[in-house]
Amino acid sequence: MNPMLIIARLTFREAVRRRIALAALLLGLAFLILYSLGFHFINLEMTRAEGVGSAPNAVARREIYNFMTMAGLYAVTFLSVAMGALVSADTLAGEIGSGAIQSIVTKPVRRAEVVFGKWLGFAGLLALYLLLMAGGVAGSVWVQARYAPPNFLRGVGLIYLESLLIMSITLMCSSLISTLATGGVVFGLYGLAFIGGWVEQIGSFLGNQTAVNIGILSSLIIPSEALWKRAAFEMQSPLVSAVGFSPFSARSIPSPFMIVYAAGYALAALVLAMRWFSRRDL
Amino acid sequence: MTTNTLAIDTHALRKEFGDNVAVKGLTLQVQQAEVFGFLGPNGAGKTTSVKMLLGLVAPTSGDGMLLGAPLSDRLARARIGFLPEHFRFHDWLTAQEFLTLHGQLYGMPPARLRPQIDELLELVGLAPFRRKHLRTFSKGMLQRIGLAQALLNDPALIFLDEPTSGLDPVGRRLVRDIIHDLRAQGTTVFLNSHLLSEIEVTCDRVAFIKHGEVIRVSELKELAEGETSVTIRASGLTPSILAGLNEWGQDVRTDGDHVTLAVPGEAALPAITRYLVAQGAEVYAITPQRLSLEELFIQTVGTDGGL
Repeated sequence: MNPMLIIARLTFREAVRRRIALAALLLGLAFLILYSLGFHFINLEMTRAEGVGSAPNAVARREIYNFMTMAGLYAVTFLSVAMGALVSADTLAGEIGSGAIQSIVTKPVRRAEVVFGKWLGFAGLLALYLLLMAGGVAGSVWVQARYAPPNFLRGVGLIYLESLLIMSITLMCSSLISTLATGGVVFGLYGLAFIGGWVEQIGSFLGNQTAVNIGILSSLIIPSEALWKRAAFEMQSPLVSAVGFSPFSARSIPSPFMIVYAAGYALAALVLAMRWFSRRDL
Repeated sequence: MTTNTLAIDTHALRKEFGDNVAVKGLTLQVQQAEVFGFLGPNGAGKTTSVKMLLGLVAPTSGDGMLLGAPLSDRLARARIGFLPEHFRFHDWLTAQEFLTLHGQLYGMPPARLRPQIDELLELVGLAPFRRKHLRTFSKGMLQRIGLAQALLNDPALIFLDEPTSGLDPVGRRLVRDIIHDLRAQGTTVFLNSHLLSEIEVTCDRVAFIKHGEVIRVSELKELAEGETSVTIRASGLTPSILAGLNEWGQDVRTDGDHVTLAVPGEAALPAITRYLVAQGAEVYAITPQRLSLEELFIQTVGTDGGL
């Protein structure tokens, strides 16, 4: 079997054996139950209001469903990003520290294959996680209210790219520095993108070009938040697009170029992880 | 591969970590089918040397070949086995899964791997534990599974870094027997161990390394053949009998019924026995005291331990 696939399978198996997958599954289900209950009662309230004649009209209802879906997906995005960073932070740094990597890389395999195999394994885990979580949120809304946001698959694809981006950056750091330092760097970068994204949105709302430029600059440093903004733009309701502001949506829309940039960024992080790990002393 | 290819052949391998020179210049030739001991005080550069040979650490300068292929040759590693020091493995795997993983990484087809795993688990005495997770294993059991891992591919060259650490006397005996079998099969064994007594019974040759350089390579047979001190326990030893012992050795000293003298080699012992018996002495014991590897070690690297 190809060494990359052997390592990818090992990565999967590790997540299952070390109960990482179980913890993610249980907490994910708890999140979905909570979300579904919340949605249920809000929906119930609207239906009840219909009886007494003070109900929001159909357009307003769809706006509320869209808002609720976006709120759920916003949380799912954060969880996927955290998952991407947490599962991959220890993988190289930890195995280098413990020496477990020594018996692996002295086999007739390329070190780059080991890194890429791990990346594949994590990419698979994140895909399953996102399938469960985003699918759960959208599924719950559909079952209860027969509402689906526009461009759902495109939006979820962008959320997946965001989690892959963070995971690739984590893997890259993990090939050079310790687990804790990796965690610090990745969450620091994520925080930077997060606050940069808000500076951009508020700047855009107030018409302050400097603030918008600061946001774009932070997106160039790390384009994670830009991916969410684009995903939100794709999935938001036409009305929000027209009004242009909601806590989970975007006013200053990242251009398609930013998406290409983010994909290139993730790829570059993966290539650097393979290069650095191939060259370092173990 | 021709039989005259060296198993290990390095020239002035050097490794610097910043200002610190870990290995000054490792020049080493190890023949095929040889059991080679690698000795040196702590911090002499043994581990870094082994890591350079295995491609874990890139040399700053110098070059080397393993089994006729450059050190960085990936495919040559299919014929090399390695038991790392302070080994830590993926302990959430079972013994069987662990060996399967490493066999797959060697590129072994399942048809060859499955019987090999059965055989090795039997060899290292872990067959009853094949479905147990490694995290439940004792240190000695982990060492045994690590050894099985290093033997999976029937290596032509195997590196054992402190293979008996964590093992009880039974386990040590097992390692010794395995090394013995490997030599019989023509496998080259590179043994890095602090236990000199072990090196003494298993190795053909030893290299002494200090300050990151090989300062001496000795055949262990030479130790047995070299100058030996003999202690004789006998009664009825007259001064003339004692004087006669000077024919075989020198430095004759008596202490009660014990006599010690230095002889050029063990070959003198039967003649001394015949002489004493012929002279009417009652001989209870004749014990040669070889220069032990420990004495040679201290003589070679000094008591400062290379600090």
